[in-house]
Amino acid sequence: MITFMNNSDSEEEPCNERTSLMSAESPPVPSYQDGRQASEAGEAQAHRKRRAGSSRSPNNAAGGEHTDSRVPVRESALENEEEELTLKYGAKHVIMLFVPVTLCMIVVVATIKSVRFYTEKNGQLIYTPFSEDTPSVGQRLLNSVLNTIIMISVIIVMTVFLVLLYKYRCYKFIHGWLILSSLMLLFLFTYIYLGEVLKTYNVAMDYPTLFLVIWNFGAVGMICIHWKGPLQLQQAYLIMISALMALVFIKYLPEWSAWVILGAISIYDLMAVLCPKGPLRMLVETAQERNEPIFPALIYSSAMMWTVGMAKPDTAARGPSQQPWDAAEDGKEHHRSPSHTDSQMSEMRSPVPTRQVASLEELEEEERGVKLGLGDFIFYSVLVGKAAATASGDWNTTLACFVAILIGLCLTLLLLAVFKKALPALPISITFGLIFYFSTDNLVRPFMDTLASHQLYI
Amino acid sequence: MAAAVPLGCASIAFGPAAALLLLTVLAEPLRVIVLVAGAFFWLLSLFAASLLWSVSVQLSGREEPPLLPGAAAAVLLQELSRFACFKLLKKADEGLAALSRDGRSPMSLRQMAYVSGLSFGIISGLFSLANILADSAGPGTVGIHGDSPYYFITSAFLTMALVLLHTFWGVIFFDACERSRPGGLGLVVGGHLLVSGLTFLNPWYEASLGPILILTLCTGLWAFSTAGGSFHNVLKCLSCK
Repeated sequence: MITFMNNSDSEEEPCNERTSLMSAESPPVPSYQDGRQASEAGEAQAHRKRRAGSSRSPNNAAGGEHTDSRVPVRESALENEEEELTLKYGAKHVIMLFVPVTLCMIVVVATIKSVRFYTEKNGQLIYTPFSEDTPSVGQRLLNSVLNTIIMISVIIVMTVFLVLLYKYRCYKFIHGWLILSSLMLLFLFTYIYLGEVLKTYNVAMDYPTLFLVIWNFGAVGMICIHWKGPLQLQQAYLIMISALMALVFIKYLPEWSAWVILGAISIYDLMAVLCPKGPLRMLVETAQERNEPIFPALIYSSAMMWTVGMAKPDTAARGPSQQPWDAAEDGKEHHRSPSHTDSQMSEMRSPVPTRQVASLEELEEEERGVKLGLGDFIFYSVLVGKAAATASGDWNTTLACFVAILIGLCLTLLLLAVFKKALPALPISITFGLIFYFSTDNLVRPFMDTLASHQLYI
Repeated sequence: MAAAVPLGCASIAFGPAAALLLLTVLAEPLRVIVLVAGAFFWLLSLFAASLLWSVSVQLSGREEPPLLPGAAAAVLLQELSRFACFKLLKKADEGLAALSRDGRSPMSLRQMAYVSGLSFGIISGLFSLANILADSAGPGTVGIHGDSPYYFITSAFLTMALVLLHTFWGVIFFDACERSRPGGLGLVVGGHLLVSGLTFLNPWYEASLGPILILTLCTGLWAFSTAGGSFHNVLKCLSCK
């Protein structure tokens, strides 16, 4: 997950007195030392951004025509306001992400607990060729490590490929790829899922009805995700496809491989986003240079109204907005790489600097959304789903992993508010999740079971 | 017993908590964050207690190690983690107050006490009851080996009591820590130990469930008065002034 603030949306806005303070390009983002200190005074751009961004300045006139002259006066007041705004919206952002992550996890856990299909072993993906059916522990561990190595290498290759495509502006290729993958996800996987759910509840459905349902679901999904649609419908579709993808992973990844892969992916995420030569970091920087939003595709966005009187809709970059995932057969690679590239990014949009009128505060608040990559959703759900599937029918493990992931997300967003730069979303949550999973499964479960069998409460 | 028992027991156990959540916590983002943080701290205490218990199992070498010290350790660790939660929230409160424009944090320490108590209660109740609810949805006969047939319903009531008790203890505990009153702390810890000890009297429910419910009521009144409530406040509230 990468978080940073940028003003790329405002690039194409016509300039008038209200927008005179808008910076034309993404300013270099200062890092917050701590809550009190603002960026150095020398970073005029950053200050301009902040000044422009604050809508709560006490000196705000309705028209904002006088903002120029008020700029120096407002500086110190604005620093405080900026912090307060960050704080106030920080909590709101956390909740804006808690809700979809929770919903995705609920869908996955509910499916795992009720539909047998996703817990049955029916083969493995080609990315994890080594089987775990060996009797010896060492052999099994070795196989899972090898599976992980293969999977991560595939992911790295695809991510680098995607970054290269992006760098050399092969947008059409990327769009085509993403559209193909979302087609497969919205139609094929939904068909399979619906089939299994109907089988579980023994509900009969004839093919014409099925065709109608799947066709409508898929077509509306494609439109919502790739073009325009009500925000909540878009979000719902993204949650559903993340859940579908997570279910595929849960079904086809062998047990030990899944845990090792989760651990390895968090480490990869950490390195890809934070290392100077990491592919994701390069992607972020390239996008910042070009002042484009980083792949609105494959990112869950809670921000509303991107284009309400703000920037002209940048259709080229926003065409593949929030594109979903590839089919498993097609590409875990496709999945992982786009998911990693943009997806471990969560952006905190700074208040768009044009609206300095107090009455338009609400609009600004709405625009200030948070973004989280679909890959993060998927791997969180894989962790919780695996806990639900394999923890011997225990709900405590699932609950513990759920709390762990939420806390990790909270901490990540806190770090985001502090550092204001691209941050990976997986490491903290997955680490907590893994620790909680293994501790709960091995330590807490026997304890609580013994207590419950005697009806003792602690 | 397909859906009636788990649904009913869940409603009994988590009804008050759900009402409290819906009415007071879920609307405010900061409170939800404190809720999740409280659950995290409780889980940490549970891990520590389970670790201690596993170690004692290994050391004692018996199949059924004594549960009384294990439960007592769990209670003490929970209260310790409540204290840690208090320290963290106090610091957060100061930070929030420092950052805010008018020097007052958006969430008072009392609200944090209430929300963290509620979170302890909810997560503790979930961990106690979730597996039981899941089992109650499936086929089976309760008490087939001679145990009490009222297992599910009494578990539900005990969980409800525990949830409410944790909420009240949270309020009292934070208040006692804030005003440095070791008496309050001691009573909270003692009360928790007492409640846990009373559950050892199960299935003699008259001796365990009855006193626990009475204790819940008394602790509730104590927490109410600690939080600044009084009979007059109640009258004023009821008369909608």
